[in-house]
Amino acid sequence: MISIKNVNKSFGNHHVLTDINLEVPKSNVVALIGPSGAGKSTLIRTINALEEIDTGEIIVDGISIHDKKTDINKARTNIGFVFQSFNLYPFLSALENVTIAPMKVKGLSKAEAEKRGKELLTSLGLGDKFDAYPGRLSGGQQQRVAIARALAMDPQVMLFDEPTSALDPEMVKEVLDAIRQLANDGMTMVVVTHEMGFAKEICDQIVFMAEGKIVEVAPPEKFFTNPDSKRAQDFLSVVLNH
Amino acid sequence: MDIQLDWSVIPNNMDVFIQGALLTLEISAISLLLSIPLGVIFGIGRISRNPVIRFISSAYVEIMRGVPLLVLLMWIYFGLGQFFSLGSYWGSIVGLATFSGAFLAEIVRSGIQAVPKGQMEAARSAGMSNFQAMRYIILPQAFRRILPPMASQFIILIKDSSLISVIAGVDLTLKAKNLAATSFRYIEIWTFVALVYFIMTFSLSLIIRQIEKRMLKNEQ
Ligand SMILES: Nc1ncnc2c1ncn2[C@@H]1O[C@H](COP(=O)(O)OP(=O)(O)OP(=O)(O)O)[C@@H](O)[C@H]1O
Ligand SMILES: [Mg+2]
Repeated sequence: MISIKNVNKSFGNHHVLTDINLEVPKSNVVALIGPSGAGKSTLIRTINALEEIDTGEIIVDGISIHDKKTDINKARTNIGFVFQSFNLYPFLSALENVTIAPMKVKGLSKAEAEKRGKELLTSLGLGDKFDAYPGRLSGGQQQRVAIARALAMDPQVMLFDEPTSALDPEMVKEVLDAIRQLANDGMTMVVVTHEMGFAKEICDQIVFMAEGKIVEVAPPEKFFTNPDSKRAQDFLSVVLNH
Repeated sequence: MDIQLDWSVIPNNMDVFIQGALLTLEISAISLLLSIPLGVIFGIGRISRNPVIRFISSAYVEIMRGVPLLVLLMWIYFGLGQFFSLGSYWGSIVGLATFSGAFLAEIVRSGIQAVPKGQMEAARSAGMSNFQAMRYIILPQAFRRILPPMASQFIILIKDSSLISVIAGVDLTLKAKNLAATSFRYIEIWTFVALVYFIMTFSLSLIIRQIEKRMLKNEQ
């Protein structure tokens, strides 16, 4: 479903992604983990072309994302993106946040968009928050609205860049539960996360990055008990002991 | 010297003042309406990725900021007027609108840049084009932020409009000047005219404050 081939990217003369290759089959969930500055955010943002790439190719559901001939706006409707800092539209209510893109981009009628939006918000436990503005919602609620907003476009793929890192600890679970539900429903997902327990539980593959390279790819049972690389061993000994 | 004030000149000519004030409001409002699209277009132009658009927009803003309004009005009426006469009414409006548009452009630019980058990213991620993201997500937020400076700009516009009397633009100031020239009641007339300008600008401040309050309430 997602195919990343020989991707390289620099910011100026700082080489941030080096020879990245990664396959994410349909309905698989991949966790991207690694130390700060490893290039995780940069990589996940190249998948929907929020960042450009210098060389290589990224194919999502058969579409070459960075090809100049690709209609990137259309391609992006198939890829949901959830940000660490939610990025909800503060001047729109929760429901309007969810319905605006389906209406303006997909041309859905207000009634259709609202019907679907209400279903999504309700299924994420926000059935009583349709009219609430983001400023009135807790961090966990905001992030669930953001997930509903992404799902409203009916994407085949969902990308999450540290979806729980900006949350107070007591709200992490509600967001992880929502992502877990998506995994159970068979959504193809890439999740940048520091939640190791969560990664272990729901992911099919762990992708470990350091210094712009993919150092190791392994199923969670193997990665968390017996990683091959020294970098991953060091990283785990630090994060698992804290 | 013993000056005798005679305020009766004010009520006796109230129709002239009211007419003048209405003309001032009319010219300012039309100029504002024309300057808003100029401000939006050139404000966005200043942060465009296209260097030609950026250059043109910056040139417009810098020139308008560097030339006094009085000189611009003279240039339009007497200079440009030799080839292409707009008349004093439309000449005044065009002068005020292009002048004010440049200041609005700066206000719009800073308003857009104050919207967090994540808003554009969220909109684009959902498949909106750059134009859609601007129109539905960025500008509505920018406008909330720039309402106060835009209101000050409108107030400046009302006050600046008094300059159009130099190109025979008929407004409160010109009417007052003519009245003063025939009645010789300078202190009375100009004091009252100052008061009328103050009332117009101050009521505008109050209205804008109400609009701001309503917008803020919506976002809580
Ligand atoms: N827009 C940018 N301009 C220049 N350098 C950047 C930019 N974005 C990221 N970088 C650099 O690229 C490198 C990788 O950054 P990235 O944000 O992808 O790391 P990360 O793995 O997501 O880290 P974290 O866990 O802290 O979020 C870092 O050295 C960062 O400073
Ligand atoms: Mg990051």
